[in-house]
Amino acid sequence: MTGHDVVFVLVGLLTAGGAVLTVTSKNLMHAALFFAVTLGGIAGVFLPLAADFLALVQIVVYVGAVAVLFMFGLMLTRAPIGREALDGQNRGLAMAVAGGLFVVLSTLVIGAFGDLPTAEVTGPRIDDLGIAIFADWVLPFEVLSMLLLAALIGAIVLARRETGESGEELTVTRIEMAQDRDPDALEREQAALTSGSGGDGEEHA
Amino acid sequence: MEQPLWVPVLQAVVVFAYYLLITAVLIWAERRVVARMQSRLGPNRVGPFGILQTLVDGAKMFFKEDITPGMVNKVIYNLAPLVGVIAGFLVVAVIPIGGEVTLFGETFTLVVADLSIGVLWILALSSIHVYSVFLAGWASNSPYPLLGGIRSSAQMISYEIAQGLAVASVVIYAGSLRVSDIVAAQSGPGFIDGVPAWYAIPLFPAFLVFVIGMVAEAGRPPFDLAEAEGELVGGFNTEYSGMRFGMFMLAEFMSVVTMSAIVVPLFLGGPAGPTFGLPDSVAWVMPILWFFLKMVGFIFFFILLRGAMPRYRYDKLMNLGWKVLIPVALVWTLVTATFVLIEEAGGLPAGTRLGLAVAAAVILLVLLFGGRASAPDTRSVAKAPDITAGRTPALDEPGSADLQATDHQEVAP
Amino acid sequence: MAIGYYFIVSALLFSIGLIGVLLRRNAIVLFMCIELMLNSVNLTLAAAARMWGGPDGQVFVFFVIVVAAAEAVVGLALIVNLYFRRGTLDVDVPQLLRW
Repeated sequence: MTGHDVVFVLVGLLTAGGAVLTVTSKNLMHAALFFAVTLGGIAGVFLPLAADFLALVQIVVYVGAVAVLFMFGLMLTRAPIGREALDGQNRGLAMAVAGGLFVVLSTLVIGAFGDLPTAEVTGPRIDDLGIAIFADWVLPFEVLSMLLLAALIGAIVLARRETGESGEELTVTRIEMAQDRDPDALEREQAALTSGSGGDGEEHA
Repeated sequence: MEQPLWVPVLQAVVVFAYYLLITAVLIWAERRVVARMQSRLGPNRVGPFGILQTLVDGAKMFFKEDITPGMVNKVIYNLAPLVGVIAGFLVVAVIPIGGEVTLFGETFTLVVADLSIGVLWILALSSIHVYSVFLAGWASNSPYPLLGGIRSSAQMISYEIAQGLAVASVVIYAGSLRVSDIVAAQSGPGFIDGVPAWYAIPLFPAFLVFVIGMVAEAGRPPFDLAEAEGELVGGFNTEYSGMRFGMFMLAEFMSVVTMSAIVVPLFLGGPAGPTFGLPDSVAWVMPILWFFLKMVGFIFFFILLRGAMPRYRYDKLMNLGWKVLIPVALVWTLVTATFVLIEEAGGLPAGTRLGLAVAAAVILLVLLFGGRASAPDTRSVAKAPDITAGRTPALDEPGSADLQATDHQEVAP
Repeated sequence: MAIGYYFIVSALLFSIGLIGVLLRRNAIVLFMCIELMLNSVNLTLAAAARMWGGPDGQVFVFFVIVVAAAEAVVGLALIVNLYFRRGTLDVDVPQLLRW
């Protein structure tokens, strides 16, 4: 095993573990943190793939922005914590589907590419990457810039709540703390909330 | 060029120790300078001029009782200060602190790792630094730290965009993401005779945006909303004590040093400077000296800002970031790209270039400050967007700024 | 190490993300799992780029990252809006469009 392989095995285990914990954590903030770890792990897996530019872009965009955004989202919506976080009724079916998919994917991939060694290149140099983006793929790049602009405007439009628009304004957004809350209190609060805004929803329907 | 293993190891140790030492001296220097600005003496008991004060404070923090409040989320609570210190420390890995030094028959390049994507490394680690503040605020399980953490992570993310755009124009102009290439690109003759080709001159708006952004990114006064002691007790580190608080303090001052160190290679030519015809055996000292002087200039700027400016209000801070800095940086990135294209197509005569630059600067200044005077300031207050949900109006009251002058937040009595 | 192992890690991540999408009911966690699946695809593309030795696969990953960032912004705005109007993030509760 070369150094690259050691890095890959370690980081791959970290990534997979983070992903499992993301899916299984009952505390949603922990799930988001493990999500960030997973994303960082993927950035780490990019390194032995000779994609250091991608690794750092992954950290800047995903770990630094998207994951933090998710945490903001969890806080703004004061994520319910506790028994309802996992839904048990489909568990067997979901496991079966995902497991089957994994088996199919891996057998297909191994059958197709399993014996190919990684090409002995040091990866595309960063100038090659830039030239590829701005010469061969310039049209998708331009489309992407429009997409980003649209997303920016769309997010602003969605995020601004004008009074009297629709829905009952929750005047105070409570923010969830690290401590697990009393599940009964949470339940009562949720019930009050759904009954409060549920009536409003029916009007609109 | 095969080097024995100890050469890069020594390089790394020397560079990290250098920045750590400067951080330690900075903490003392800041207290002295701010004290002088307020007609006080500042620390003057330990060592000559009290220069060993930081050491003593560090020892005190080390031996203080490290209280972990019962309500906190322990793992994350302990992790948060470490993340901050490590991220702050690793940033300096790509910053050269001098030229090449030949000692004991080996050539030392005074940088830990000259990555081909060094600039991205800087941005990536400063985005990881957000986690420290955010997690500290959240894990403390207490209202004020949470507000401080949310505030400052929103602030850091916003200013990161502006800073990233400012760096983008540097990268476009230099044509490389490698820090040493950016430094080399600034070594030629400038387009005004006798003035060095530092990017601070042709890319002045980007430089301005970067400097403002770096104050906000480091969370320093006047943008230290994260720990506004008048409104948020101590912000994200309220629940911390002992060595863990010390780590936050170290991370904050460390980020002052690293930000000052980053701006020098990006905009001020890095370690380049005249060597005054010294013989080669001594001339290697000059780049180190020049880099040190430039960096200390920025550190001093940080200290003076802290002593002179009242704290900004949070909604104004966000307005500044999103409505002024980001548009300016965006437009300047476009302008830079246009100029690089013109340069490739043949270039303009020097006079035209200079004229265009001055015209652009004038237009920018008019847009920035002309508009401000005509629009009454009260309007912006009334229509300020509700950025932090859960914020109560009382937290935004101005007038807490004068409290920052007291030293108690950074240095416990 | 043969490139197949990278593909296996990627398939594993995709499956874990799928389990999350099928099991979890909190909209934000669902969204995180979808991002996880996107990331596993990124990993596949990067591994393929390594296998063929050209820059194109990496360019694709770059594009996917940008699109995913845009998606995350709009998606989170939608989810937070949904929360403010319905008071819940449980994806099984909003059923106005069900007939």
